[in-house]
Amino acid sequence: MSLADKTAAELVALQAAGGASAAEVADAFLAAVRDREPKLRAFVSVDEAEVKRQAATVDAKRRAGQPLGRLAGVPVAVKDVLCTRGVRTTCSSKILDNFVPPYDAHVVERLKAEDAVILGKTNMDEFAMGSSTENSALQTTRNPWDTDRIPGGSSGGSAACVAGRQAPVSLGTDTGGSIRQPAALCGVVGVKPTYGRVSRYGLVAFASSLDQIGPFARDVTDAALLLEAVAGHDRRDSTSVDRPVPVYTRTVNDPVAGLRIGVPKEFFGEGLDPEVETAVRAALKEYEKRGATLVDVSLPHSPYALAAYYIVAPAEASSNLARFDGMHYGHRTKQKADLIGTYSKSRGEGFGKEVQRRIMIGTYVLSSGYKDAYYVKALKVRRLVKKDYDEAFERCDVVMGPTTPTAAFRIGEKSDDPLAMYLSDVYTVSCNLAGIPGMSIPCGFTAGGLPIGLQLLAPPFEEEKMFRIARMYESVTDWHTRRPGV
Amino acid sequence: MAETYKIVIGLEVHVQLLTKTKLFCGCRNKFGLPPNSATCPVCLGLPGSLPVMNREAFRLALKAALALNCRIASHPGHPPGFTKWDRKNYYYPDLPKNYQISQYDLPFSHDGWLEINVARDPKKEFTPKRIGIIRAHLEEDAGKNTHDESGRGGDTRVDLNRTGTPLLEIVSHPDLNTPEEAITYLEEVRLMLRELGVSDCEMQEGSLRCDANVNIHVPQPDGTHHETPLVEIKNLNSFRAVGRAIKYEAERQYEEFRKDTRGEYRFGKWLKETRGWDDTRGQTEGQRHKEEAADYRYFPDPDLVPVVVSQEQIAAVKAEMGELPQQQRSRLVGQYGLTAYDAGVLTAKGRRTVAYFEAVAAAVGDGKTAANRMSDLIFPALSDRREEIDAFPVPPAGFADFLKKTGPLSKQDRVHLLGHMLDHGADVDRAMEATGIKPQTFDEGTLRAKVAEAVAANPKAVADFKKGKDAAKMSIVGAVMKANRGVPNDVVRRLVDEELAKA
Repeated sequence: MSLADKTAAELVALQAAGGASAAEVADAFLAAVRDREPKLRAFVSVDEAEVKRQAATVDAKRRAGQPLGRLAGVPVAVKDVLCTRGVRTTCSSKILDNFVPPYDAHVVERLKAEDAVILGKTNMDEFAMGSSTENSALQTTRNPWDTDRIPGGSSGGSAACVAGRQAPVSLGTDTGGSIRQPAALCGVVGVKPTYGRVSRYGLVAFASSLDQIGPFARDVTDAALLLEAVAGHDRRDSTSVDRPVPVYTRTVNDPVAGLRIGVPKEFFGEGLDPEVETAVRAALKEYEKRGATLVDVSLPHSPYALAAYYIVAPAEASSNLARFDGMHYGHRTKQKADLIGTYSKSRGEGFGKEVQRRIMIGTYVLSSGYKDAYYVKALKVRRLVKKDYDEAFERCDVVMGPTTPTAAFRIGEKSDDPLAMYLSDVYTVSCNLAGIPGMSIPCGFTAGGLPIGLQLLAPPFEEEKMFRIARMYESVTDWHTRRPGV
Repeated sequence: MAETYKIVIGLEVHVQLLTKTKLFCGCRNKFGLPPNSATCPVCLGLPGSLPVMNREAFRLALKAALALNCRIASHPGHPPGFTKWDRKNYYYPDLPKNYQISQYDLPFSHDGWLEINVARDPKKEFTPKRIGIIRAHLEEDAGKNTHDESGRGGDTRVDLNRTGTPLLEIVSHPDLNTPEEAITYLEEVRLMLRELGVSDCEMQEGSLRCDANVNIHVPQPDGTHHETPLVEIKNLNSFRAVGRAIKYEAERQYEEFRKDTRGEYRFGKWLKETRGWDDTRGQTEGQRHKEEAADYRYFPDPDLVPVVVSQEQIAAVKAEMGELPQQQRSRLVGQYGLTAYDAGVLTAKGRRTVAYFEAVAAAVGDGKTAANRMSDLIFPALSDRREEIDAFPVPPAGFADFLKKTGPLSKQDRVHLLGHMLDHGADVDRAMEATGIKPQTFDEGTLRAKVAEAVAANPKAVADFKKGKDAAKMSIVGAVMKANRGVPNDVVRRLVDEELAKA
């Protein structure tokens, strides 16, 4: 077995035991990147020399007997929406193709503090807007299970590189499903933490009230390990919450006794692919076998969640993306124009179609005369969605259902139909609207060999319990150990 | 005679708060630094950066709001003290995020008032008028664009040092009715905010800025009135400019109104117009009609958490607020028997001057004399010496001693003596020694004889006095004082009164 097949936890243990150096681990993953990148196109940048330098630093620290962090020598891929000091951060957009941040995102600082090795920056839908990574202005990332298919999105690169064994773990961001959906479609574990659990400082904002950073991993333990490394309060993000971060890895193997699983009927309605439903129902059965009770719960406002999401998120995006105007950094038009012309040409040239669409939607729903009918109403729906979850969690520990209505679709299949594309987020957006934690774990394959994801949703700040519940299933199944042929 | 029209003025005042750092980042809040030296990823609006509220800015703003008698975040449907941040979206190169963090529908303070003196002769009387405050809210300042004005089409330069400076916007009701009232209001706001340490309110440096909303009401024979469309005047760079611009604008609007035969102006074809004041040409110039104005698409800033102001916070800020100018003026009048004008002069000079005055008044046991002598002697000396009261070499006790020992002297002598004290760092005794200016010992009988002589020598003055000319009496007092240097003025006056009564 190659070093690149090992999990992060295994790599930490192996290096601590002297079984491999950080340099050897880095070389193994760099080789995997070189090998599979022509097919997957998961990375927008990998600086091999820099990766080797970081690994050498870890090895030097270890030789010198200095204390090492909990991710010592573990390569971590980072979605290109997270700022990296001195390393180009593009958000897979032309408008930022020359942007080099002068600072690290909080999570990148945390990774460095834990002696992780930043392996590279991963491809994504432009500004995290999309569900297939086809909206990247730079390249199209492929699903390692079938390279004619999309990896999901928007964190498609971060999901694909973990599934494709190019990285043991990675960071993505999830605004409406952008971690859980690609995790499901690529057959890996993906976690969206509680809003406020991880600092957003240095995350280029899409929709500030929905965005959260979270881990991709091949198993629950690695996801827990990565989250405990990056979570926690940060004074630079007013919305980050000041409460202690449990050591998730310490308890992840403890089953939850008397587990009650809420099964919302709204997650099993029209549009759900029968193969996906079968796999998810089988997973619920597996839980029952382990002593869990299934509880019927209702999330009556979830049919409105997608619509509310596609108002709130673009509204915030229209304002967040206003700063990309060609004035102070980023792409500026070469055409001669006055001030307004420079703005509109720079933005027109720099932003892709989907980003422009969402900026227009967002601008429209905030405009005077329309704001009450759209934006203000969407906020009301958002409060009702949150209330649905509060009530459901009075009756259960966790809510479960499919992560996505279908397995991975073909490249180009939905790229001309934004509504069809938006529907792939139908089960994931309500979690962001409610601010609760959620994750996707592998729970089977379609007849065609495409991965299927089981979604777990938990009450705010109950990631610890959510990981234990996920691990209960993972420990008796082997979906997560299967490897794509790529 | 009924007035031709009534001017209606509302003022929007922006003041920069005296914090060490900016409103949402740790950059220095300081005027006059090299361009773009006080900037960081947050105030530059770099992608991924996030704002964090400066608590000190909020505390200062709260202090100002309480001094303006505002209610603190009392909004129906929200918990008491609940306020939030909103984004005001518009594109401009001095605003790197292309939105300004401000407060929209739930300002942290609202519904206050400020009392000003609108007496026709404010030197003699005090006629209070309450000017309503609609709201006072916090927001971040924008940067500064410097355009090439050579006409050669050079680049516009952008300095982002000012970006993110805490600004308090104070919006008054349209309760002001003359240019003088507008200026008085601004002076009162400035005095109060300086006294509270909230802002230095330097219009030259832009730490106080003011826009005026002006229109006129023209009474009609049937008892109703016509209102001209509201005009917002911008680019007002001094209090004087505010007064001039309002006067100009009222007259201009009246002219427009008179010329308007089709009734368009009268019946609100235009909702609101923005005009800029040209101080050199002394006129306002049209900029844009407000109906074409931008739609700012306000919405709550998701990067910041709402603020809930507690009763404890309010109490703590109130406790450290001390006496406000209006309270102080009333107290000075009540406690020391000062005129409203004298009290106003002292208060306008600031808390430290008032403290000096109160120490002197306590020592000499006479507030009126203390106030008059400070006006006669100390204020001119301070202005000659370009000094603040703190640096004045004669402490209150020394000045009280000076007043007690120079009571009988003429004003001229006192000025001379004080001048010597200041120049030589001497106390009053040594100054008297050195200059030879000192009160003369006198015998009242002898002095009365001299007064009688003077009365007898001035029959014309006596006659004038009998006809009711008070000044005539003073000429006799003056003559006696001149001939008998160092005798007490008050005794001479009394004797002159008595001798005139006999004459």
